[in-house]
Amino acid sequence: MEQNNLIDVAYIARLAKLELTAEETARFSEDLNQVLAYVAQLDQWDTTGVEPMYHPLPVFDAMREDTPGTSLSNEAALSNAPAQEDGQFRVPKVVESAH
Amino acid sequence: MLNGTISHWRKQLTSGSISPTELVEEIARSMEERNPAINAYLSWDKEAALAAAAQADLSKPLGGIPIAIKDNIAMLGQPTRCASRMLESFVSPYDATAVTRLTAAGAIPFGRTNMDEFAMGSYGQNSAFGETQNPAAPGHVPGGSSSGSAAAVAGGMAIAALGSDTGGSIRQPASHCGVVGIKPTYGRVSRYGLVAFASSLDQIGPITQNVEDAATILNAICGHDAKDSTSSTEATEDFTAGIGKDIKGLRIGLPKEYLSSGNSPEVAAALQQSVQKLTELGAEIVEISLPHAEAVVAAYYIIACAEASSNLSRFDGIRYGYRAAGTNGLDDLYSKTRETGFGPEVKRRIILGTYVLSSGFYDAYYAKAQKVRSLVAGDFAAAFNQVDLILGPVAPTSAPRLHDDSMTPLQTYLADIYTIPANLAGLPGISIPCPVAEGQHPVGIQLLAPHFAETRLLQAAAALEKAFS
Repeated sequence: MEQNNLIDVAYIARLAKLELTAEETARFSEDLNQVLAYVAQLDQWDTTGVEPMYHPLPVFDAMREDTPGTSLSNEAALSNAPAQEDGQFRVPKVVESAH
Repeated sequence: MLNGTISHWRKQLTSGSISPTELVEEIARSMEERNPAINAYLSWDKEAALAAAAQADLSKPLGGIPIAIKDNIAMLGQPTRCASRMLESFVSPYDATAVTRLTAAGAIPFGRTNMDEFAMGSYGQNSAFGETQNPAAPGHVPGGSSSGSAAAVAGGMAIAALGSDTGGSIRQPASHCGVVGIKPTYGRVSRYGLVAFASSLDQIGPITQNVEDAATILNAICGHDAKDSTSSTEATEDFTAGIGKDIKGLRIGLPKEYLSSGNSPEVAAALQQSVQKLTELGAEIVEISLPHAEAVVAAYYIIACAEASSNLSRFDGIRYGYRAAGTNGLDDLYSKTRETGFGPEVKRRIILGTYVLSSGFYDAYYAKAQKVRSLVAGDFAAAFNQVDLILGPVAPTSAPRLHDDSMTPLQTYLADIYTIPANLAGLPGISIPCPVAEGQHPVGIQLLAPHFAETRLLQAAAALEKAFS
């Protein structure tokens, strides 16, 4: 079935930091155009004056006392890091050194 | 094969007919024997379970009872991988609150159950570590995403299990595998330690062999938790209190929108059978309407994918989990890590979620879906002014065949139409098995209740379960 192209998958993938293969881009494009054509039916429901429901229960601004407690040790927090050094996460260089 | 409910094994344990150590051994034997064919478990740690069994306190309500835990619920010192390559080597440095509470009630968390990757899927086919088979319907899917939890309980490899339900992921596999599954009211169970998929929809709950066991587990895991600010401060209660009581005079709504011609004959028959039994039990069946029933799949997939695209941004190859090798700079590291770490369905949903949240589309999709969600919740609020509970199917069919490649993603999403509403509106819902003819695959039936009315829900489910037996 021919469908209008509603979504630019390659562009959205860049926003989502996903480096898709050409095959994936084509497949997701087809799948998601179908999904988006389907969800367009939401337009038939009149929502004038309806509040969006971001949460299923009326819980707002749940606050608690700011009391110090125990938390994960440095060692435990780093235990699943793909790379670490001196008790810190090791990441690629993000700032070029000045010359 | 291991038979017997929690209450059965509790009697055996407290009478001294079996020791907690022997029970762990028995379950481990079942796992070793049956898991290679079913793939309900991704891992288990027999030594840790035996160490816990040696210390078991049988005076506690779940004393000595091993319980299997879905792979997206954190378990201290155990793999918590969400069935994803992204977390292939992840070992949790803490326990989820639900696990802490099970342990406090005497239970022994034992075994990590398979699932659709990051809980995204309805068939148990999206695991990075192999699909799960349905022990109650060979050649057919076990349902999902709590595929392993349902298959372990149905396949005699677990007495009971924890699952998670974002759009039906406890109730639907329970239905396809012929066991009981309940999604509690949103906020009943702390989400601390549950790897987030869609935070406004996710809820942990039990998968068990009968309704009473589900209530017993809820007694252990429900209640406010300071570590989850969205967990409810509503008082918990003894959820077993209504079990065994009659349901005369209870008003049960049957939405006319749920009598769709899209239901398979066995699902239509299960619904009819339930109406008949409930009537015989003295309940009054009332026809009701949920005018926005048709809108739920569209609203759900927008909201769930939007929340997922945000929640899954934490998997970036920096703090935990997988990091792609040989990358050039930070951006390349993120993109290659996420490309190779996530499976296809996860990527598909991240893209959809990113799209509906992106500039220019937010109002048309995300805000619109949240407004329609209000309308759906309003339908239920109005219905519960008329009735005490709502009856409906769990899924339009029994378990589909394995590897049915003719299904598009959209077609699989549409099969969630009866389970999604409880998540959108935050309501509790239970699936219990209906009797089926010899050789037929399991079919469940669903009951829904108002917020925090789990005791009433379990009372009616137990009455119906007894009438079916």
